[in-house]
Amino acid sequence: MRKSVAGLLAGISFMFASGTSAQSQELTIFWAEWDPANYLQELVNEYEAETGVKVTVETTPWADFQTKAFTEFNAKGSAYDMVVGDSQWIGAASEAGHYVDLTEFFNKHKLNEVMAPATVKYYSEYPANSGKYWSIPAEGDAVGWSYRKDWFEDPKEMEAFKAKYGYDLAPPKDWKQLRDIAEFFHRPDQKRYGIAIYTDNSYDGLVMGVENAIFSFGGELGDYSTYKVDGIINSEQNVKALETYRELYGFTPPGWAKAFFVENNQAITENLAAMSMNYFAFFPALVNEASNPNAKVTGFFANPAGPNGDQYAALGGQGISIVSYSENKEEAMKFLEWFIKDETQKRWAELGGYTASAKVLESEEFQNATPYNKAFYETMFKVKDFWATPEYAELLIQMNQRIYPYVTAGQGTAKEALDALAKDWNATFKKYGRQ
Amino acid sequence: MATVVMTSLDSKSRAASRGMSDIKIRNLFIIPTILFLIVFNIFPLIYSLGYSFTDFRASTNAPAAFVGLQNYRELLNDPFIWANFAITAKYVIVSVTGQVVVGFGTAMLLNREIPFKGLITTLLLLPMMLSMAVVGLFWKLLYDPSFGIINYALGLGSFEWLANPDMALYAVAITDIWMWSPFVMLLSLAGLSAVPRHLYEAAAIDRAGPFYTFFRITLPLVAPILMIAIIFRTMEAFKTFDLAYILTSQPTTEVISIRLYKMAFQEWQTGRSCALAYIVLIMVLAITNIYVKYLNRVKER
Repeated sequence: MRKSVAGLLAGISFMFASGTSAQSQELTIFWAEWDPANYLQELVNEYEAETGVKVTVETTPWADFQTKAFTEFNAKGSAYDMVVGDSQWIGAASEAGHYVDLTEFFNKHKLNEVMAPATVKYYSEYPANSGKYWSIPAEGDAVGWSYRKDWFEDPKEMEAFKAKYGYDLAPPKDWKQLRDIAEFFHRPDQKRYGIAIYTDNSYDGLVMGVENAIFSFGGELGDYSTYKVDGIINSEQNVKALETYRELYGFTPPGWAKAFFVENNQAITENLAAMSMNYFAFFPALVNEASNPNAKVTGFFANPAGPNGDQYAALGGQGISIVSYSENKEEAMKFLEWFIKDETQKRWAELGGYTASAKVLESEEFQNATPYNKAFYETMFKVKDFWATPEYAELLIQMNQRIYPYVTAGQGTAKEALDALAKDWNATFKKYGRQ
Repeated sequence: MATVVMTSLDSKSRAASRGMSDIKIRNLFIIPTILFLIVFNIFPLIYSLGYSFTDFRASTNAPAAFVGLQNYRELLNDPFIWANFAITAKYVIVSVTGQVVVGFGTAMLLNREIPFKGLITTLLLLPMMLSMAVVGLFWKLLYDPSFGIINYALGLGSFEWLANPDMALYAVAITDIWMWSPFVMLLSLAGLSAVPRHLYEAAAIDRAGPFYTFFRITLPLVAPILMIAIIFRTMEAFKTFDLAYILTSQPTTEVISIRLYKMAFQEWQTGRSCALAYIVLIMVLAITNIYVKYLNRVKER
């Protein structure tokens, strides 16, 4: 008996020993399961060819990306060396010490000049304006729109539209036109609908959708440095923005109450809607004829302006951070040095990744590479994001609880929903001693 | 006592030749199970009870501070939590009632001599053998207003089963009824086949009507086993997560376990979610106790 126990122990210790020695030449990056993660895997294969360090991009479906990442962080696990984490995680992950402080690295490489300013502000810096950086902007992303060019350019439709609304049918310049066009194409009897918007309330779908309206109507979610929300989240602009979003919901396909990026791309591929809101990261699938039978007739435009000409979009996208519990932090640093090189960023964009490198974004080559790159470039310089405080998840759930019944079921009024939300947020900030 | 009941080891067996006594073998079988239960069930249960009195958050390094009954007090004063409980209660009632009616009804139909009885019973049991997540994903497609087969078959046009806040909970309950009625059916069938035939013969001689026979003979005799089915299904329905989570995200379908999941693993309010878990546990225990008391009374009759 004793002999077999000793043998077993020896076996286990051998397993551990060989495990760590093999890991020194390997890096694992954790991300969500979507096309950009595949592009990143292709990119890092080139790193392996150059340096011999094997890098693996491990993925999990979006729905449990956050849960899985934080479970690993909280357990201080070393399974992942780097994580391409959502922008709103940065407060929670930096305050709890899950991310390695990259301020020195950032300043050494002058990354706030190399990367587009908005990406630095929202993906990397926490707290706001503190000059402390926790990640390198990796996948820039924001919300844009796709539309059916063939429906828009049909002479009969154009004539009918002009007769009804008094101006030409074209991609909308502002939210009023967006609403008019959605109404115009909304024909349930023909199984054609006006517009596809985000409504999923299980993570940040619905909130991102509403943010597009709020920011363009000139509103804000609150003051991110003083945590003041009264009169900001429930401002007049925000009430109007939320009312408009509710109105747009009336022009969506049937059953559109749990729609996020998958459904919104389906709205275009399945001939359901004239226009569809989605992250730029999902647009490659729309220009590919294998995944979109309407690829040839799909066009793109940036989030339209609000009534006062403000034009902003909700930020998606992620920065890449080093996990504090990794056993290969130095190796990971070396990888980041390679990742931020201009050539690497250019290659990243070529493979389909959305680089945040200002130089690449500004190049003619990038802007003409796809039908949506120009809209992406324009958008990336006017994006805003949700709260990044450690308790963002509570704020997100409270916002979902308050606005979802109004947007999808018309319960109460926009003002009531936002007033209640301001109260919830105040209570939460008070609980964590922020105000 | 236990050793008296236990059969002793065959003296010619290999175990006996190795000098193992039957008590030693019993311990070999039982101790790992008990250890496993202690490590993975009892210990976390007690540990989380401690956390429920703190403001601990697993996502931070901040030490947990003792806050007394604050978590319980705030949870029980939260109107959203009460709404979640009300939704859960409604769901349990609709879903379990549906399962008992459908399951018991099917069992009555099957409790006679019909061809292919075994095959039919087996086929009817299939839904119960599928994974919850798979059932959820399939029914999401079946309910789809644009191309779902349910609207097509019932001629409902583009009726929104899951997007309609008033209908969504019933849609989830219907799926649950489809999946778990076979379970009630199986137990009922066992109860029905155990009813002595001579009772029915006596009733027939006395010219008892079918309703009288059902309410005075069938139901009382099947009641104990049916109660067991109801206890199991109530406990399960109370804890429902997968189906409701996959099918829809309406606030009207946010049963208590979904709220608990969000609180624990999205908001990382570990201390508070432990408190909520304990409130749910106490409720399930209380309801089960009422059932068990009732079950004992039914058995005594």
